[in-house]
Amino acid sequence: MTDLLNSPVWRDLFVNSADQIPWYAEFVRSLLRFVIALAGGLGSVPILVWLERRLLGFWQGRLGPNRVGPFGLLQPLADALKLMMKEDITPTNVDKTLYYLAPAIALVPVICSLTVLPWNSSSDWGAVAPHLNVGILFLLAVASIEVYGVILAGWSSNNKYSLLGGLRASSQVISYELGMGLSIIAVLLMTGTLAMQELVHSQTIVTNVPIPDSNYSVWTQSVSAGFWNWNIFKLFPFGLVAAVVYMISMIAETNRAPFDLPEAETELVAGFHTEYTSFKFAMFFMGEYANMMIVSAICVTLFLGGYTAPWGILGQLPASWTFFPSSVLNFVNHVVIAPAWLFIKLYTLISFFILVRASQPRLRYDMLMHFGWKVLLPTALANVVLVATSMALQQLFGAVGHFIAVGIAGCLATIVLWVAYLHWKARKSGDEASRLPIRRESVVRAIAARMPVED
Amino acid sequence: MLSSYIPVLVMVAGATIVALALIGLSALLGPRRPSASKDSAYECGVTPIGSARERFPVKFYLTAMLFIVFDIETIFLYPWAVNYKASGGLMFFNLVEMLVFVAILLVGYIYVWKRGGLEWG
Repeated sequence: MTDLLNSPVWRDLFVNSADQIPWYAEFVRSLLRFVIALAGGLGSVPILVWLERRLLGFWQGRLGPNRVGPFGLLQPLADALKLMMKEDITPTNVDKTLYYLAPAIALVPVICSLTVLPWNSSSDWGAVAPHLNVGILFLLAVASIEVYGVILAGWSSNNKYSLLGGLRASSQVISYELGMGLSIIAVLLMTGTLAMQELVHSQTIVTNVPIPDSNYSVWTQSVSAGFWNWNIFKLFPFGLVAAVVYMISMIAETNRAPFDLPEAETELVAGFHTEYTSFKFAMFFMGEYANMMIVSAICVTLFLGGYTAPWGILGQLPASWTFFPSSVLNFVNHVVIAPAWLFIKLYTLISFFILVRASQPRLRYDMLMHFGWKVLLPTALANVVLVATSMALQQLFGAVGHFIAVGIAGCLATIVLWVAYLHWKARKSGDEASRLPIRRESVVRAIAARMPVED
Repeated sequence: MLSSYIPVLVMVAGATIVALALIGLSALLGPRRPSASKDSAYECGVTPIGSARERFPVKFYLTAMLFIVFDIETIFLYPWAVNYKASGGLMFFNLVEMLVFVAILLVGYIYVWKRGGLEWG
C-alpha cells in the first residue's frame, strides 16, 4: 500500500502540485475533475427540479409530485426517462442544421461555466481549472455565448412564437448582462483579483496547513473568520447594493419568474423552444436549470464567501482531534465540509428564488427593459464609482473616508429619487389634465348627439 | 502557465461530446411516426399562415447595438478594477481617470435616453 502511495505515477496523478507534473498527468486530472463537476452540476438538476416543484406546491397550498419514489424524489428521473423515449419531431420547414445544433449551443456554455467554480480550497482539486487566473472573466465570456443557443433555436424553428420568444430572450439577457458585469466590477475593486480561489480567500482569513510527506500545502479557513468577512457586508452598503443588483440580473439572465417573459405561456406558447420535443427539449430544460444553479453558485462565491463556513469554527473538524491522522482531518475538511457549505448556501439562495417565483407576478416587457436599462445599469455604474471613491477616500482620510462616500451616495440617491418623483407626478397630472376632461366632454357630446363614442 | 488551460480544453471538449451525444440519443430512441399536421409549425393549433421569416421591431436591433457599446465599456473597466486596489499612491489618480471615462460614457447614455433609445411601447 505504501509502495503504491509513493510510486511516481500515483504521486503525479494525485499528490504533486500542478507545476511539477507532466502535461498528460494534468490531462488525466482534468478529466477526473470534469467528471466530478459534471456529476455535481448536471446531477443536481433533478434535485433542483424536485425541490422547486415541491416548494411551489407547498407555497401554493398543494402537494406537488409525491408518487414516484419516496416524497416524489424520483419524479424528475421518471420525467427524463419519459422525455428520452418520446418521438423526436423535426418540423418540415425548420432550418435543419441550426435546429439540431441550437440545444447543444445552449447546453455547452452552461457546462463550461462550471470550469472555474471552486468547491474547496485545494490548489489542485478545488475546481476543474483551479489555476486559471482569468477566472471570472472566462465565466462572463462563456455565459454570453449562451444567448446564441436561444436566438438560434427561436429563428431556426420557423415559427412566429419561437421567433418572438427568441428575440425577447436574447434582448433581455443581453440587457441584464450589463448590470451583472458592473456588479462584478464592484467585487473586483474590493478584492483586486480575477481568480475564483483568491476571491473566496479574500472573504475569509486563511491559515496555511502543510501536507505531510509532500512539498505543498492547503489553505484552511481560520476559526476567527466568518460571515462578517463576506463581500456582501464589505464597504456597507456598497457590497450589499452590488449583491442585490447581481441577484436581480441573475434571475433575469436565467429567464425565471418574474422575468420569464420569453416563456410567457399566456402569450408565446412556450417561447423559443415551442418546436422542440423529446430530449432536445430536455436539453434546454436541463441547461436552464443547470444555469440557474451555476449563477447562484457564482453569487455565493462572489458575495457569500463561497465554500467557507459562516462561522470559522464550523468550517473544519477541530485540529485537537488528534486521534485521527491529519490526512484524514484534511480529507474530511476538503471533501465533505467545504462542498457541504457551498451546497447549503446554494440551496438556501435557490429556495429564495423559488419563493420569488411563487410570490411575484410577471412583469410587462417594456417595464422589464426599462428596469434593466434605466434603473439597474445606472445603479450598478454609480455603485462602481462609489466603491472606488470610498477606497480612494479611505486611503486619504482613513475610516472617515468611507462615511464621506456613503454621504455622497445618500445625497445622490436623494436627488435621483426626488427628480424621478417629480417626473412621475408631472406625468400623472399631465395625464389627468389633458386626457380625461376631453374624453368626458366627448362622451357628453356623443350622448347628446346620440352618436357612438369616437375615441 | 499554459498547462492551466488544459482543464478548459477538457471541459469544452467534454461538454461538446455530452451535448452531441444527447442529441444523437434523442434521434435514436423513441418512435418515429411522422404525419403532415404533426410536422407543421405549432401555432396554437391554427394552420400557420406564411413563413415566420417576417420583419420584426427594429427595437431589438437597437438594443443589441446599445449592448455592444455598454458591454465594451464594462470590459474596459475590468483591468482597471483588478489593478485598482494595488495602485498605492496612484489610487486617487486612477479614480479621476476612471471618473473621466465614466463621465464621457454618461454623456452618451443621457443622449440615448433623451433620444428615446431606451423607450419600449
